[in-house]
Amino acid sequence: MELLIAIMVGVLVAASVYLMLARNVLRFLFGLILISNAANLIIFASGRLTPESPPLIPAGADAPVELVANALPQALVLTAIVIGFGLFAFALTLVYRTYQNLGTLNSDEMRLAEPEETGK
Amino acid sequence: MSWVLASPIIIPFATAVLAFLFRAGPEGRWISVLGSAALLAASAILMVEVLDQGVIAAQMGEWAAPFGITLVADLLSAVMVVITGITGLAVSVYALADIEDRKEKLGYHALFQVLLAGVCGAFLTGDIFNLYVWFEVMLIASFGLLILGGQKIQLDGGIKYVTLNLVSTILFLSGVGLLYGMTGTLNMADLHGAVREVENQGLLTVIAVMFMIAFGVKAAVFPLFFWLPASYHTPAISVSAIFAGLLTKVGVYALIRTFTLIFTTDVPYTHTILLWVAGFTMVTGVLGAAAMNDMRRILSFHIVSQIGYMILGLALYTPLAIVGAVFYLVHHIIVKANLFLVAGVAQRIAGSTDLDRIGGLYRYAPFLGLLFLIPAFSLAGFPPLSGFWAKYVLVKASLDAESYIIAAAALVVGLLTIYSMTKIWGYAFWKPHPAGVEPRLSRLSPRDRAALLTPIASLAVLTCIIGFFPEPFVQFAERSAAQLLDPTDYIVAVLGEAAVPAAPTGLAQLEATE
Repeated sequence: MELLIAIMVGVLVAASVYLMLARNVLRFLFGLILISNAANLIIFASGRLTPESPPLIPAGADAPVELVANALPQALVLTAIVIGFGLFAFALTLVYRTYQNLGTLNSDEMRLAEPEETGK
Repeated sequence: MSWVLASPIIIPFATAVLAFLFRAGPEGRWISVLGSAALLAASAILMVEVLDQGVIAAQMGEWAAPFGITLVADLLSAVMVVITGITGLAVSVYALADIEDRKEKLGYHALFQVLLAGVCGAFLTGDIFNLYVWFEVMLIASFGLLILGGQKIQLDGGIKYVTLNLVSTILFLSGVGLLYGMTGTLNMADLHGAVREVENQGLLTVIAVMFMIAFGVKAAVFPLFFWLPASYHTPAISVSAIFAGLLTKVGVYALIRTFTLIFTTDVPYTHTILLWVAGFTMVTGVLGAAAMNDMRRILSFHIVSQIGYMILGLALYTPLAIVGAVFYLVHHIIVKANLFLVAGVAQRIAGSTDLDRIGGLYRYAPFLGLLFLIPAFSLAGFPPLSGFWAKYVLVKASLDAESYIIAAAALVVGLLTIYSMTKIWGYAFWKPHPAGVEPRLSRLSPRDRAALLTPIASLAVLTCIIGFFPEPFVQFAERSAAQLLDPTDYIVAVLGEAAVPAAPTGLAQLEATE
């Protein structure tokens, strides 16, 4: 199970690096979304995978009676997903507004803030 | 006790809500000023407590450490929160005259306060995942502030700022996940002990370098700083000033915290990387500044160059060097924010920050010239201003550590800083205005003049105080450095006496049963 997730993380990171190397900002953003999901999987797998043992405490007991799944990484992943979702919504809007205003998605052509030297 | 720690986070959030509700009228900006003043007061109380009682910690929601989220304040955290309060107040007063109604209606003041809350949260948290959350709070507020108003140049700078910072955030998050996987804890005090029990120390060093890169992007060190000069000169002056003062310094703080508390298992390796990074950051930053021809862009590159000095203090990792890093951090925030504020006034009265298009400021506004010279000379390290003592301690520390090359680099960079400052002085202040404008301060309305110049003058006075009476500040930095290098107090405050020989927690228990 860990091996499968590890391979999946590797594939996701490789694909996202490929996308992020593109000059097109939208592709870069898609790469970012992929790699953030890879990060979430890393956290999930780091908490150790224990299938079919939900972190539930039976009625009347104070602690789980047998080995259960680690609930903390799931909480962390949930937090990271929510935060990531907000940030990507913002980033996507930003990219769209930039495209409307500058008329390009090519990062090489975005030189307004840092104009090329005129050779003065 | 818990209120003392929580109030620097709660006050800005509450202010943000109020300022957002009243964003349409003039009340919003005064709420922002009052909130910042309250934050400064709260931070002062926190500082008194910490000076009095040593490290203080509080468990949020009464969940005992290391399972709950802990807020901790040692001397470094406390002084960073105080400085946040000071710059926050100065910039919110400046914003009274700087931010136009249109941006206020879009929620400038609310975003500004959320930014302060995020910065204070990052300084006070004792939990590494919580640190990630505060970074995000800070980041989303800074995104909003950066592109508020939506000019083309802001969008252009914003794209670079947003994308590169998101990459760093994801690296940070992966690092947190892997660190948790190896140690089974997220509490920073608990991690101090837990990382020493990890069998695979090599993998731990890999994670340390991941954190170094993630925080390095935030702190804008070589070779990860490119987002900073691309974006810091684009938003409103108030935004530039608070970014320049605080944001990168949160990255530096995070580096100092993690590389004195957690990742000290392989100091020769990690801190040597930091030393090289520090040297290149200083040199590339100052050379970049020399090539620029716009006040704000010159100052942006100088942020990068100055970050190098702070990293240098951390990298040498001797008591004196850490003293230098802490002192530099405090001095630099005040000076840098102030220089951006001065550039803003120059823009208002002379029409631009482009050095070719302005001039005559010394002739027509000599008082502004004086206000520029104090932070500029301090930045370059002229005695007896605050920057001199900061640089002196760091150069002394590097000579003591027999790192002669880095000491030489620090001195040469100081010299080149003077070159840049002289350039601004020569072009903006001495040469006549190319369009024949007379940039007098009286061109501003009396209300604007008071709102713009009071914060600048106050920060300049503060720089002079640190410069003329460095003794108590250096002593403070010494105490703070002692706490950083021997984190026993920190760990006892968070986990209690029993925890000093760290007990296995979380995952370690789980694995023991397997």
